[in-house]
Amino acid sequence: MIQFENVTKRFPGGQEALSELTLSVDKGEMVFVTGHSGAGKSTLLKLIALIERPTSGQVIVDGQNTRRVRRRKIPGYRRQIGMVFQDHKLLYDRPVSENVALPLIIAGVSPRDAGKRVRAALDQVGLLHKEKKNPETLSAGEQQRVGIARAIVTRPKLLIADEPTGNLDPELSLEVMRIFRRFNEVGVTLLIASHDIALIDKLGCRRIELDEGRLQEPQFEDDLVVHFEDDYLPQGDDDGWR
Amino acid sequence: MAVTRHSDAVAPLRSAGPFTIWLGRHARTASSSFSRLVHQPFASLMIVLVIAVTLAIPAAMNLAIKNFTAISSGWDDALDFSVFLDTGVSASEAEALASLISQRADVDDVRLITAEQALAEFKEQSGFGSALDHLPDNPLPHTLVVRPSPANTPQSMTLLREELDSLPETALVQVDTEWVQRFHAILEIVRQAIMIGAGLLGAAIIVIIGNTIRLEIQNRRDEIEVTKLIGASNAFVRRPFLWSGFWFGLFGSALALGLVQYGLYLLQPTVTRLAGLYQSGVTMLTLDLRDSFAIIGIGVALGLVGSWLAAARHMRSIEPK
Repeated sequence: MIQFENVTKRFPGGQEALSELTLSVDKGEMVFVTGHSGAGKSTLLKLIALIERPTSGQVIVDGQNTRRVRRRKIPGYRRQIGMVFQDHKLLYDRPVSENVALPLIIAGVSPRDAGKRVRAALDQVGLLHKEKKNPETLSAGEQQRVGIARAIVTRPKLLIADEPTGNLDPELSLEVMRIFRRFNEVGVTLLIASHDIALIDKLGCRRIELDEGRLQEPQFEDDLVVHFEDDYLPQGDDDGWR
Repeated sequence: MAVTRHSDAVAPLRSAGPFTIWLGRHARTASSSFSRLVHQPFASLMIVLVIAVTLAIPAAMNLAIKNFTAISSGWDDALDFSVFLDTGVSASEAEALASLISQRADVDDVRLITAEQALAEFKEQSGFGSALDHLPDNPLPHTLVVRPSPANTPQSMTLLREELDSLPETALVQVDTEWVQRFHAILEIVRQAIMIGAGLLGAAIIVIIGNTIRLEIQNRRDEIEVTKLIGASNAFVRRPFLWSGFWFGLFGSALALGLVQYGLYLLQPTVTRLAGLYQSGVTMLTLDLRDSFAIIGIGVALGLVGSWLAAARHMRSIEPK
């Protein structure tokens, strides 16, 4: 699904965010990118979303070389990828349902069809009952789930997330990861940047560790892997879950 | 448990036909841009008012010019010929000639100004009064003022003039069109000045709308950035701003129309009184349907150009980071 071939990203200041990075993520995988802040995690995701372009090397996403995606084609390219952000990037001048509907509106889906899909997406993150609320009135965890609903409402094959649990406490973080895991179960490829190694190890997913823009062999401690099971999860007050 | 629990969630992403999408998007953007204006009634009203006044000024002046042109074009038809007779022609001969000419079909009326009348009038008006008393003879000839019938065409006017000129008693035929021509030339200059002024005011409207849209873009910077991040094209993010410009232009020009019509309404009694004094059918030209559409069209076009320029300039610089 994603291939990086000798990718280097140097910023105008001369600082190198990624150095000769080669990696690949298969279709249907759920992979974490870890590393200290400044290790290049965000840059890696930005290259996939075409927010940045590599200085050298190639990034291939779903068989498409991003180098060949012209400026005018970037919007169409981005619509194929679901994106989740640490700060949610929700619009606070409209209700939750309109936030989630935005990618569909951009894609030109009729409002009637959009409504159904929005409710389905909100249901998947357990927020169907908050559809009319303003995101500002929601908790951080709920806002992040709205962000996830928006990312998956167009049913992308690839979902990238930059520190999606960065602002959440461990319980909420696990909840978010559980949602991601369910998407992975139905075939969505996920690439998630996170520094929460303890949480990642619990999930037992592959981990790509970056250090100063280079690949680092992750120290995987087998006995720490806990298999992900529903009954492990905290039972919150989510009346939206069934 | 699975994501595929809901049938809606697995239904393929169905898009309508391209035209339906385009139409639906525009309808929705138009109405949301409109409600955005309504939500800031004071700010919107100020801009609409500025546009209205700026449009109403050249529109009103243009209408005034049209009215003057219409009135003065009436003068062209009612031009009198002054037929100066030879000094040897006596008053009775002149009178006979006058009644002869007045029988012509292409002549409405002939008035005789005898040499004595002309001299008396000249004395009175020139201020040379007593100096003229010392003249041994009256140097002025008898004059016939011939009013052609309104049915004359320019060709038959020329013919009439030539025939009057060829009469043995005629010394000179004068058609006093020069002052009308001068008046028309002045009107033309004023009209051109108004066009130039209107051009400048149009540029001002573009700047006003452009600046308003620029501020709106800055206010909605985050929104633009987020929508671009999740795949919105420049055209998509530009659309609401173009519609804002459209609404500003539409309401501004509609209000301008209202202002001009109100001005005409205020002028109406005065014009009616003037027409009464002249006992003529002087009627004021008002804005017809074509003028009205032209004003609206110009307003909308300026609104779109202004917002387009602002959007094109500022939209590109807003890219997700």
